[in-house]
Amino acid sequence: MSDWALNIRAGLARAYARTVGATREPSWVVFDVLLPLLGVAAYIFYYRALGADPVFEGFVVLGGAMTAFWLNVLWGMAAQLFWEREVGNLQLFMVAPMSRMALLAGMALGGLFTSAVRALSTLVLGVLIFQVHIMMADPLALVAVFTLTMLAVYGMGMALSSLFLMYGRDAWNISNLLQEPVYLMSGFYFPVRELGMVVSAVASLIPITLGLDAMRQLLFGELAGGLLPVTVEVVILALQAAIFIWLAAFSLDRMEQRGRREGRLTLRWQ
Amino acid sequence: MPSAIEVRSLSRVFSGRKEIVALDDVDLTVEEGELFGLLGPNGAGKTTLIKILCTLLLPSSGTARVLGYDVDSEAKQIRKRINMVSGGEISGYGLLTIRENLWMFTQFYGVQGKVAKQRIDALLEEFGLEDKADVKLRTVSTGQRQKMNIIRGFSTDPDLIFLDEPTLGLDVTTSISIRNYLRRWVREREGRTMMLTTHYMREAEELCDRVAIIDRGRIVAVDTPAGLKRRVGNDSSFLIETTPIDTARLSSLTGVRGLTARPSNGHLKVRMVLEDESVIADVISAVVAAGGKVVGLSKNEPTLEDAFMHLVGRGLE
Repeated sequence: MSDWALNIRAGLARAYARTVGATREPSWVVFDVLLPLLGVAAYIFYYRALGADPVFEGFVVLGGAMTAFWLNVLWGMAAQLFWEREVGNLQLFMVAPMSRMALLAGMALGGLFTSAVRALSTLVLGVLIFQVHIMMADPLALVAVFTLTMLAVYGMGMALSSLFLMYGRDAWNISNLLQEPVYLMSGFYFPVRELGMVVSAVASLIPITLGLDAMRQLLFGELAGGLLPVTVEVVILALQAAIFIWLAAFSLDRMEQRGRREGRLTLRWQ
Repeated sequence: MPSAIEVRSLSRVFSGRKEIVALDDVDLTVEEGELFGLLGPNGAGKTTLIKILCTLLLPSSGTARVLGYDVDSEAKQIRKRINMVSGGEISGYGLLTIRENLWMFTQFYGVQGKVAKQRIDALLEEFGLEDKADVKLRTVSTGQRQKMNIIRGFSTDPDLIFLDEPTLGLDVTTSISIRNYLRRWVREREGRTMMLTTHYMREAEELCDRVAIIDRGRIVAVDTPAGLKRRVGNDSSFLIETTPIDTARLSSLTGVRGLTARPSNGHLKVRMVLEDESVIADVISAVVAAGGKVVGLSKNEPTLEDAFMHLVGRGLE
């Protein structure tokens, strides 16, 4: 069997485990569909109370949907290998001949699917309940930007996962650190340009920032107050995707070697 | 034809606050087709050696080759042809069924779907787990979970399998059925090799073609179980049953090579290897001096446990 075939099988199997596992408990409907909507509602009522332009409600719904992916990248991707070691799976993954990237790609694929359910439900329910008006001029471009954003964001999660594996609980704090500030800096609920060019430029190192900005422009046109032209953002996102995926492969390989040297692949508790 | 496992001058040191030498200058050869046992107390270095051979850990010095490949530079080639199972594993995903978990792990080795299904079904039947196949893993008992782990190891049809304390914590019936399968797996499949670590003497004695006794990171002896027992030589093996006493006094007697003591029905069963039968008189005197009373005494044929005590100077526990 070729390495490609092996890695595809391995990736799909890992994706299956994540997808099926995540939806086997009925509580996922509450956690993935209803709760995110409450957060979105809070922002929408806040904007309404302020008398903000209704387009901001659209930003909130879009940001709320994309939150699902960001949370999944932080807690489902970056922290996953750490979790796998804690439950004893990591050593079985490491002793298997598949590429470690295939394993992470499988996790990403499974995570994408489960997050997509949450994102889609937030988007659809948000649009229906709050009567958000969307002007989608180019759906294909939107799909392309979304795909690129996912590649870059999940590539980042894959790169972070090897760091988490080595630094365990310290990296845990990084996840916490990345969660709330990124909501602010990446402009989940408002145009990131409002934060000024310097903050926006720093925030753009995290791919979700430019992905969101580009999607906002494609969904709400001029009213989105884009940071850069969509084409420029697409090029940067493509570069980020390539860099993060390469970085993930590189760091995973390095971390595995280091883990084998220091005996960290099999240590359950740090 | 290369040996299944070839280890030369292998050492592994764990650095930290205190440096721990887990393996110290180990040399070992396991031939293809062997069922080879590593016998030693907890912390002897058995698991460290297995982890190095499974490519999970790098040696600090020395070399190790598995199926002809170097564990450091050719790990990928090794991984395609091996598998491992550890006792007390909690691997897998609780929300998936046993069958789904097993299928997932076969896919990590690229086993074709149909072949994987056939193998999993056959192994589930073999281990009497077919009625639990579609039950979520988190709902099954420890023994059933361990059976699943063993099935996982064999479902990829490896050329060499490492089993680290596979029957740890399992009941007698389950342990026996697992041992029977392990024996048959090696015997019925030409060229398949198994390395087993255990601290159950009986398991090593029943299963293994050869056994390496490992203690404090060093290989003390490698031989067949019969060969190891012969090493007891002129030493005598006794079992004394006494009222409870402190056995430290007995261990320090001249002529006592090693002993193990286990409580039994309010008494203490002390198994000991003596340099000479005459030493038993001193032992009985020491028991009485310690305030104990001898309630039973028998001389036994040497067992692997006696061989271990003879070679290491103490029992496994």
